[in-house]
Amino acid sequence: MELDPLFLSRLQFAWLIAWHILMPALTVGLASFIALLEGLYFFTGKEIYFRISTFWIKIFSVAFGIGVVSGIIMPFQFGTNWSRYSDVTANVLAPLFAYEGLTAFFLEAAFLGVLLFGRKLVPGWAHFFAALMVAFGTLLSSFWILAANSWMQTPAGYQVIDGRFFPTNWFEIVFNPSFPYRFAHTVVAFYITTGFVVVAVDAYLMRKRASSAEARTMMSITLWLLTILVPLQILLGDLHGLNTLEHQPAKVAAMEANWETTSGMPLILFTVPDDATASNRFTVEVPKLGSLILTHSLDGTVKGLKDFPADQRPPVALPFYAFRVMVGIGLLMLALVVSSWWLRWRGRLFDSPTFLRACLFMGPMGFLAVLAGWTTTEVGRQPWVVYGLLRTADAVSPSLTGQDVLISLLLYMVTYLIIFPAGAWVMLRIIRKGPRSADEEPEEDPLIEGGRPSQPVTVEFTPHGGA
Amino acid sequence: MMDTVFSFVPIWAAILAAGIFFYVLLDGFDLGVGILYGFEPDVQSRNLVMNSIAPIWDGNETWLVLGGLALLAAFPLAFAIVVPALYFPVLVMLLALVFRGVAFEFRFRDVEHKTFWDHGFCYGSAVAAFAQGVMLGSYIQGFNIQGREFVGSSFDFLTPFSLLTGLALVFGYSLLGAGWLVLKTEGDIQERARRHGRISLIGVLVGIGIVSLWTPLVSAPIAQRWFSWPNILVLAPIPLLTLLTAFLVWRALGRDTHAGPFIGAVVLFALSYLGIAVSLWPYIVPHSFTLWEAASSNSTQAFLLVGTLFLLPVILVYSGWSYWVFRGKVRHDIGYH
Ligand code: HDD
Ligand code: HEM
Ligand code: HEM
Repeated sequence: MELDPLFLSRLQFAWLIAWHILMPALTVGLASFIALLEGLYFFTGKEIYFRISTFWIKIFSVAFGIGVVSGIIMPFQFGTNWSRYSDVTANVLAPLFAYEGLTAFFLEAAFLGVLLFGRKLVPGWAHFFAALMVAFGTLLSSFWILAANSWMQTPAGYQVIDGRFFPTNWFEIVFNPSFPYRFAHTVVAFYITTGFVVVAVDAYLMRKRASSAEARTMMSITLWLLTILVPLQILLGDLHGLNTLEHQPAKVAAMEANWETTSGMPLILFTVPDDATASNRFTVEVPKLGSLILTHSLDGTVKGLKDFPADQRPPVALPFYAFRVMVGIGLLMLALVVSSWWLRWRGRLFDSPTFLRACLFMGPMGFLAVLAGWTTTEVGRQPWVVYGLLRTADAVSPSLTGQDVLISLLLYMVTYLIIFPAGAWVMLRIIRKGPRSADEEPEEDPLIEGGRPSQPVTVEFTPHGGA
Repeated sequence: MMDTVFSFVPIWAAILAAGIFFYVLLDGFDLGVGILYGFEPDVQSRNLVMNSIAPIWDGNETWLVLGGLALLAAFPLAFAIVVPALYFPVLVMLLALVFRGVAFEFRFRDVEHKTFWDHGFCYGSAVAAFAQGVMLGSYIQGFNIQGREFVGSSFDFLTPFSLLTGLALVFGYSLLGAGWLVLKTEGDIQERARRHGRISLIGVLVGIGIVSLWTPLVSAPIAQRWFSWPNILVLAPIPLLTLLTAFLVWRALGRDTHAGPFIGAVVLFALSYLGIAVSLWPYIVPHSFTLWEAASSNSTQAFLLVGTLFLLPVILVYSGWSYWVFRGKVRHDIGYH
C-alpha cells in the first residue's frame, strides 16, 4: 500500500487540533465564569462564591496547563507538515498567529499567576481584576486564531504576487467576511460547553449530597445563563450558515447533501451520500424545509454540488453527518434548558432525579458539538486550505514521505492518548472531591513550592483512586 | 519589488536573535535542571530541585513559541525551509517537552504514577536538549534546497556532526542547570551540582573544540571568514575569551561563590552564540538565503512590530519581576510531604 503524506498530514493536523481545541473550549468558558464568580464575591461579599470560584480555579489550572502544552505543538505543524502553506500565506497570516502567541504569553506572564496563586498575596479587587484580565486574554487569544482561520475560509484584503499572498488592508484581513459570525458562534459554543460541564458537575454533587448549597447556587446561575446562551447560539448558527451560503456555497451544499440546484429544496434528515455517483441513497426528507431555512422562503433556489466542477467539491458524508450531530446536540440542549424552566416554575429544579440524570448525560455534549462543528467547517472547505485559492494538496511539505508522517502521527497518537486521559482523570478527581462547603474547615495553607504557594490543587492520596 | 529604502529587517533580526538567545538560556537552564534531576539520590532533594524551577519554567518555554512565530512572521522562507528539514528533531523535541511539561502538573496530583512522571521529567528534559543540539548541528551544516523548498530527505539531519552537537548541548544545558542549582540550593545538593557542573564543563569544552575545528574544515566560506586577514585579528578575542571564561567557570565551581558558575555559563553560551552568528552572517538559511531574501513584506513586519514593541517590554519586565519574587535559596523547611 502506498502511504500518502498528504492524507496522513491532514489526519495528523486534525488529530492534534481536535484535542487542543477541547482545552480552550473549557478554559475560555471557565475563565469568564470564574471572573463572574469573583465579581459576585467581590461585590456581595458572600463566601459561597469564593468557595465555588476556588473550586473551578483548580480545574481551570489543569485544563490550562494541558492547553498550553498541546498548543505549543500547533504552530510547529505549519512548518513541519505545511511548509508550502507557510511560504505562501505567511505574509498575511503569520502576524495573526504571532499575536495569538504574544497575547497568550502576556496573559500567562502577567495575570494567570495572580489568579492561581495570589489569593492571599493581593487585595480582593486585584484578584478580581486578574480574573477579568485572564478572561479577556482567553477571548483575545480566540479572536486572533479565529481571525486567521476565517481568513482562510473567506480571504480578503490581500493581493497575489508570484503565487504568494501579500497584505493590502489589515482591517479587511482581520475582519474578513466570515470572521464576525465564526467568532461569535465559537465563543458562545465555548461558553455553552462550559455551562453544561458546570451543570453536570452540580448534578453529580447533588446526587452525592442533595443539600449541597454550593451545587445549588452554581446550577441555578448556570441554567439562567444557558437560558440566554442556547437560543442565542441557534440564532447565531443560522446567521453563520447564511453567511457561509453566500461565500462558500459548495460547503453548504455538502452540509445538506444537495447535488442538484433546485427550488423548494427539501431538508434531508438522513441519507447515505455517495461522492462517486453524486447521489444519495436511503433518503428521509422533509419537503421544502431546506429552502425555508437557507433562503427563508419555501421555494427559494439553492445551488447543488453538481454546479461545481468535480475537483472543487468537498467530500459530502462527513460534513453532512457532522452538521447533523452538532444541530442535534443544539436541539437537545434547548430541550434541557426548556425543561429547566418548567421545573424551576414548579419549584422542583433540584429534586427531579430524571433531570439530574439528563444533566449528567449532557455534560460532555458541548465538546462533541464543538468537534462536530469544526469538522463541518474544515472538511466542508476542502479541497482548499485558502478557499478558492490554495489547494490543500499544494500546501503540504514537499519533502515528506508517507513513512515520515506515519511515524510522527503514531507518536502523537500514543502521546495524546496518555496525556489527555491522565489530565481528565486528574480533573475528575478534583470534581469528586467537590468544593468546600461552609461547615468544612478551610484547607490548611496550600503547600509551598519553590517559594510560592504551589498547588492550587492538592488532591488527597487515595490508594488506587477508588473510581 | 518591495521598497528597500526603509527596512524592518535589522529590527526583526535583532528581536529574533534576542528571542532565541533568551530561549536557549532560560529553557536551557531549566532543561539542564531536569537532566540533573535524574542524578539526585533521594525524593527530598528531587522535590527541591524541581521546586527551584517550578514557578518559572512555563514562562521560559513560551519563548520557544514566540521564537517560532517570530521566525514565521518575519522570515517565513526560513521557517518554510528549516522546519520541515528538521522534521524528526522537531517532533522528538515537542514530544519530549510535552512529557516534561505535564510532569510538573501531574507528579503531585497523580501520585499513583509518580515514577512515570518522574521519568518523563528527566528523560524528557534530556531528549529535548539533545534534539535541540541536533537541530543546531544540521542547521550549521545547511540543507538541500531547490528554489524555495527543502528537497532533501527527512533523515538528512542525521550526521555525526549533528549527533555531536546534540551531545554537546546536553552538556551545555547541564552546565547551565548546575550553575542554577549552585545559585538556588545549599548543602549536599549544591555540592553535587558543583561536581556535575565540572563534568558538564569538560563535555561542553570538548564539544565546542571539535565544532570549532570541524566547521572551518568542512566549509571553505566559514574558514575564510575566521582565518582571513584582518578578520582573524578582530575575531580572535572570541575563542580566547571563551577559553578564559571556561577557566573562570571551572574555578568558580570549586569555590565558595554562588552566582559565579551561572553567570560564567551564561557568558560561555553568549560567546558560542556569537561565534555561530559570525560564521553564518548574513544568512538565515545557511549558505542559501540571507536575512533580507527570507524576510516577509514590510507591511507584515510593520503590522506585527506595533504590538510587539508594546507587549514585549511588558513581558520582559514582568518575567524579570517574577524572578525577583522567587529569588534566594529554595529550602526544605518550606517544602512539602
Ligand atoms: C456547543 C457547540 C455548538 C452548538 C450547540 C451549535 N454549534 Fe454550530 N458550530 C460550532 C459549535 C456549535 C463550532 C464548533 O463552534 C463551529 C465550528 C466553526 C465555527 O464557526 O463554529 C460551528 C459551525 C457551524 C456552522 C458552519 C459554518 C461554516 O463552516 O462556515 C454552521 C452553519 C452552524 N454551526 C450552525 C449551527 C446551528 C444552526 C446550530 C443550531 C442548533 C448550531 N450550529 C449549534
Ligand atoms: C483556528 C485555527 C485553525 C487553522 C489555522 C486551521 C488550519 C487547518 C489546516 C492548514 C488544515 C490542513 C488542510 C487539511 O488537512 O485539509 C486543516 C485541516 C483540518 N482542521 Fe483546521 N484549522 C483551525 C482550526 C481547526 C479546529 C479548531 C478544528 C477542530 C476540530 C479543526 C479541524 C480540522 C480538521 C478535522 C481538518 C482535516 C480536514 C480534512 O482532512 O479534510 N481545525 N485545518
Ligand atoms: C492552528 C490552530 C492553533 C494554533 C497554532 C494554536 C496555538 C496555541 C499555542 C501555541 C498555545 C499556547 C500558548 C502559550 O504558550 O501560552 C495555545 C493556547 C491556547 N489556544 Fe490555541 N492554537 C490553535 C487553535 C486554537 C483555537 C481554534 C482556539 C480558540 C478558538 C485556541 C485558543 C487558545 C487559547 C484560549 C489558549 C490558551 C490556553 C488555554 O486556554 O488552554 N487555539 N494555542
